[in-house]
Amino acid sequence: MTQRIDRDGFSRRDFLIGSAAAGAGLVMGFSVLPKLAGTARDALAAGNFEPSLFITMEPSGITTVHITKAEMGQHVGTALAQSVAEELEVDWNDVRIDYPDSHEKWGLMITGGSWSVNWTFDALSRAGASGRIALVEAGAAMLGVAADECSAADSTVAHGPSGRSVTYAEIVSSGDISRAFTEDELKALPLKRFGEYKLVGQSVPQLDIPAKTDGSARFGIDVFVPNMLYGKLVMPPTRYGAMPQSVDDSAARSIDGYVKTLLVADSTGVQKGYAIAIGETYWAADAAAAAVDVTWDAGPNAGVSTATILGRARELAGNPDAGFAWVLEGDAEAGLSDAAETHEAEYITNLTYHGVMEPMNCVAMMQDGVMHCFTGNQWQTRCAAVTAEAIGVDPANVVIHQQYLGGGFGRRLEPDAMIPAALAAKEMDRPVKLVYSREYDLKYDFHRSLTFQRVRGGVDASGRYTAVDHTVCSGWATKRQAPGFLAESVDKKGRIDPFSMNGSDFWYTVPNHSVRAIENDVAQAATPPGQLRSVAPSWTMWANECFMDEMAKKIGKDPVQMRVDMLDATGKNAGTPPNSVGGAFRLRNILETAAGKAGWGVKPLPENTGMGIAAVTAQERGSPTWTCAVAEVHVDPDTHTPSVKKLTIAMDVGTAVNPDGCKAQIEGSAMWGVSHALLEKATMADGQIEQGNFDTYLVARMENVPEMDIVLVQNGHYPAGTGEPVVTVVPAAIANAIEAASGARVREMPITPDSIKSALADA
Amino acid sequence: MALLTINGVAHVVDAPDDTRLLWVIREGLRLTGTKFGCGAGLCGSCTVHVDGEAMRSCQLTLSDVAGARITTIEGLDPKGQHPLQKAWVAEQVPQCGYCQSGQIMQAAALLNANPNPGDDEIVDAMNGNICRCQAYVRIKKAIKRAAMEA
Repeated sequence: MTQRIDRDGFSRRDFLIGSAAAGAGLVMGFSVLPKLAGTARDALAAGNFEPSLFITMEPSGITTVHITKAEMGQHVGTALAQSVAEELEVDWNDVRIDYPDSHEKWGLMITGGSWSVNWTFDALSRAGASGRIALVEAGAAMLGVAADECSAADSTVAHGPSGRSVTYAEIVSSGDISRAFTEDELKALPLKRFGEYKLVGQSVPQLDIPAKTDGSARFGIDVFVPNMLYGKLVMPPTRYGAMPQSVDDSAARSIDGYVKTLLVADSTGVQKGYAIAIGETYWAADAAAAAVDVTWDAGPNAGVSTATILGRARELAGNPDAGFAWVLEGDAEAGLSDAAETHEAEYITNLTYHGVMEPMNCVAMMQDGVMHCFTGNQWQTRCAAVTAEAIGVDPANVVIHQQYLGGGFGRRLEPDAMIPAALAAKEMDRPVKLVYSREYDLKYDFHRSLTFQRVRGGVDASGRYTAVDHTVCSGWATKRQAPGFLAESVDKKGRIDPFSMNGSDFWYTVPNHSVRAIENDVAQAATPPGQLRSVAPSWTMWANECFMDEMAKKIGKDPVQMRVDMLDATGKNAGTPPNSVGGAFRLRNILETAAGKAGWGVKPLPENTGMGIAAVTAQERGSPTWTCAVAEVHVDPDTHTPSVKKLTIAMDVGTAVNPDGCKAQIEGSAMWGVSHALLEKATMADGQIEQGNFDTYLVARMENVPEMDIVLVQNGHYPAGTGEPVVTVVPAAIANAIEAASGARVREMPITPDSIKSALADA
Repeated sequence: MALLTINGVAHVVDAPDDTRLLWVIREGLRLTGTKFGCGAGLCGSCTVHVDGEAMRSCQLTLSDVAGARITTIEGLDPKGQHPLQKAWVAEQVPQCGYCQSGQIMQAAALLNANPNPGDDEIVDAMNGNICRCQAYVRIKKAIKRAAMEA
């Protein structure tokens, strides 16, 4: 993203460390007040101390880091707690984490974009360091020695000259700390550097894992509240725009426990309206939802199909006046006409489904004017506000009680299950638990939009790009979710969704580069787009990295050499600290690392097997994770079935807070890449998604797992995100390998035996 | 009304005979370790043992399991220390964790029948269990570790 969202607001606040009350423990956090009045303890006593990130230390020394990021499989709490504990010098065995309820005091609550560690590492380190200083000062006072003669380690403050020491537990029990750090003081704190860490960089066991092996981890779907009803949504005829007109529930009335069927409008526009079958038991509500006969107005999108959406994309992309500029450097048309060789290609990605294993759900309970929503959520700030709008209360009166997320991947940035649950709870005046069926979850996903891209490029005699002209046409998730995050286009003609464009502003040096962003209005209306793990780079990188390979083939240049020649780290590609220090050279290095590890141009390959390479800098230009994949793929010459034999993946993460956690993310996201490249496809007909379950919407299973060789490069630079980049690099590597293996260039994901066969016929 | 024996405990359940076992376990008895994934026997999240065999509880009705001995993740080991559960921690398998009860129950039935499965046998047994986080690499490793250490 080029425009920075106002993140957590850490920098504008004082950091406070104060005893809650004598012997009651220690609290550390950023003040909500712009300026601290009085001491930290005064602020605490006056109720002014509403920290936006807080750490509590009990008199026993047990230290809890409160995690406002969603736990959805990335073990984020462990990594964030490690970052705090490193500087706090607390014994890791004393560290706990929890996940607080939503509240405005936490600032923007959002989890996504591989941002969590990348955005907060510095602030968490400084929080830990200031806590340590306060404890050392208090410990020194207790020992009657000078603080500068003391040091802290393993939850103990030690006085070097005398050899005496006092534990954190003893200091906290004394209840005598009141310390504040101004923004400037925080900034000036000396922090440990790479090489000095004890805990950062260690693969400590993830704190959330044990509960996920014995059934005790509680997800949203596992919540019960007293006197609860169940709600089940009746399936409308179209993905978006349908409104229930009437219901005949005569067939449901004989169901034991059936209560009624609600027809309710949604004023927020997330949907138009709902038909919700209510039952005293899950099975009564479920049976009733199938039995009732609802008459719907299908709405304006009833005629839309995948072909309509794609047709509209082609029409828009062909119109030179459509869309706005995302990149505009030099003169692409001049660069193309000066080129020694040119190439043009079109790339398509289909509608894809998040497919979280825990179908969307929510328990909604109104109590004393506050709507309590028990669910797993990635964007509490937005989802609480939208739900509040739906039921007509102030946003402060919707509280999200965070649970573990049974898969996030961007799906739980959406408030859609909360809204009908809250509407039903309000209507019934009783708590309601609402659980999507898998079919409803699949059809009413906020899918990754269908995308259409056209790339034109030219190279000079040495094989360097003289120009790239790139058109990206897709639905714009951000326009629907948070229009305020749209960015002004570089031609100042309009606002565009940066999250539909990231990745197209790559790190190769190209003198003439233009990228145009077009909103596909038909896709936007009929298939409300969402953010799906790895977001825009999952299509922009796919197009650019396939195109690079096609061009290399056309001019007879090695695809690795072609990339290396343009990763010269000049001009804007020189990089800037802290996130992109080193610039394009880091991508060059990682490209050569992966190529070397895979045996690029060296390893003998069996018949009908090819190697393909791709390199990416996902997610955003401002926060690149330098990543490269080499895929080894076999294509059966008779059936044209592609099978991925091996993936070699190299990633420069700067600093890995928890290397095994990074590796788990890479393994999983590599398989997401395989799944996208070869299997996943949703389609629309008559305004509705055609697939209904995992028999028609295919995802990778254990049989699809290739051999994997993962190289995690740490060079001490600032930590980069690891949850998403590999999703974006693997499909292009696979497509490039398929061409090397079979001669078939397929430009649409997923790549199927049929599409390989047609590509061969067209070649 | 039906009488169910789950994890060695008898329960009287007030639900129609055609109610799916999954929902009775989860919403009726509140043993929430068994998860709802697809409702169609396609993902394996709801896997339990019925008389020792791994089965999809979303596909079984109460009448199907009358008199059967049912085991859920909560009953696999009294202390949650089945060799597979220990291996799952040692290999740091779960990511979001939602499908893992089903994965472990499926793997437990595999190891009961075949204490030392090869790679292909593991894939055959586990291919019906979807992990959307795609933690398959570690699931496979953990099954091998449990087989070795058991």
